[in-house]
Amino acid sequence: MNKAMIQITDLSKRFGALDVLSSVDLVVRSGRVIAIVGPNGAGKTTLIKSVLGLTRPDAGHILLDGVNVIGGDAYRSRIGYMPQIARFPENLTGAELIAMLKDLRGPGAQLDTELIDCFALEEALQKPLRVLAGGTRQKVNAAMAFLFSPELLILDEPTAGLDPLSSSILKDKILAERGAGKTVMVTSHIMNELEELAEDVAFMLEGRAAFVGTLDELKRITSQITLERAVATMMTRGWVKAAA
Amino acid sequence: MNTIMKVLKYQARDAVRSRWLIAYAIFFALVTDGLLRFSGDPVKAQLSLVSVVLFVVPLIAIVFGTVYLYNAREFIELLLAQPVNRRQTYGGLYLGLTLPLVLAFVVGLSVPFALHGADAAAWGTLIALLTAGIVLTCVFTAIATLIAVRCEDRLRGLGTAIAVWLLLTVVYDGFVLFVLAVLSDYPLEHATLVMMMANPIDIARVGLLLRFDGAAMMGYTGAVFLKFFGGTVGIAIIVAALTFWVSAPVALGVRVFQRKDF
Repeated sequence: MNKAMIQITDLSKRFGALDVLSSVDLVVRSGRVIAIVGPNGAGKTTLIKSVLGLTRPDAGHILLDGVNVIGGDAYRSRIGYMPQIARFPENLTGAELIAMLKDLRGPGAQLDTELIDCFALEEALQKPLRVLAGGTRQKVNAAMAFLFSPELLILDEPTAGLDPLSSSILKDKILAERGAGKTVMVTSHIMNELEELAEDVAFMLEGRAAFVGTLDELKRITSQITLERAVATMMTRGWVKAAA
Repeated sequence: MNTIMKVLKYQARDAVRSRWLIAYAIFFALVTDGLLRFSGDPVKAQLSLVSVVLFVVPLIAIVFGTVYLYNAREFIELLLAQPVNRRQTYGGLYLGLTLPLVLAFVVGLSVPFALHGADAAAWGTLIALLTAGIVLTCVFTAIATLIAVRCEDRLRGLGTAIAVWLLLTVVYDGFVLFVLAVLSDYPLEHATLVMMMANPIDIARVGLLLRFDGAAMMGYTGAVFLKFFGGTVGIAIIVAALTFWVSAPVALGVRVFQRKDF
């Protein structure tokens, strides 16, 4: 059993009258890939954004290697984030955007340009981001998340908008990073894809972490052979608190 | 180099290349050039420019500012996912918006004067005009930044921005006239000064016209102000009031930004 990299306890967040997260408990183990799954509006993105400090939770704790991160800033140098929507300042070039991230993060991190090479982005990085096709922008987005060799990667729908080849390259990269001992949190609507990548699953439903455990465990308790079927079973059963 | 400077550097680089910003500079260049040509007298041209500056600069600063920041929503999220603190990021966003607008305004106004070979006296008043425009830009981008972080809905945000501008230009003038007409039997000097301080555009207008000696154009609030303060004290009060108008929305915006959920 790997040690916990992120430990979330009793995390709650309300937007107006809506409980987006209610008492979420979740452990992300070091050196593993955890898939965050669940229907739309289940709180996946809010959960991710809470870890990043983009959303301020109302209650609960988020510990990174045992240290509270809520309200902190410096810990984000250990995280690479790939947001769902790749919209950047349209008059900057990709190269300028990358230079900005380097400035903001300061020296120290070992740069990993593998995705820039694999996606053949050198030329595209010299053009203003506004002229790039959506897929190319998504590749820049991915390359930026991996650039600083972060210990924790947070990927929100990483393959959305990518062609099959690029999507495969990205998935290979995720697996390679896992092999190198990195921790990954990933959301996706494509269950087959998560099945390839993840060994742990957190199933979110109506703001609760209805199941947190390994992929195999989830399949076993739902008596299904694929993640897609297992998640569908969980959704029809409603909120099932599985003993992890 | 701290986060403010880093954010400023890249955001300003983006904004300065925006078509709208370039159009803004060209607009001022054309208007200034036209006024210089048709009036044939730099001081007369500047008096006409006063009205243009007081009307257009706040409008463009607040509208361009809110639209730009709403479009930068994902960019702001990308920034905040880095190891940066929010207070400094806000400063960088504010300045990265303000400086390109200031630059476009200054270039648009100064280049025609330089080309037409203005003399020293004309440059003196031009500097007053530029200062007023720069300060108004700072005030209205501060309000724009506050609106953009405060209002989640961009349509409502843009509506608020335009409403603020209308309130401080058209509605304000009507309100002052109304008050003066209805309450003409009472001494209104103090009330007038309060009304003026509540409106950064009016403060800038009075400040400018102190410099231009255009008492006829100062309106009622300006005349009262001159009678009460005049000269140096007046300028000091104007500077203090405008500093408040920049720092209050910035301080409020930082507070909202620090608690905001993205």
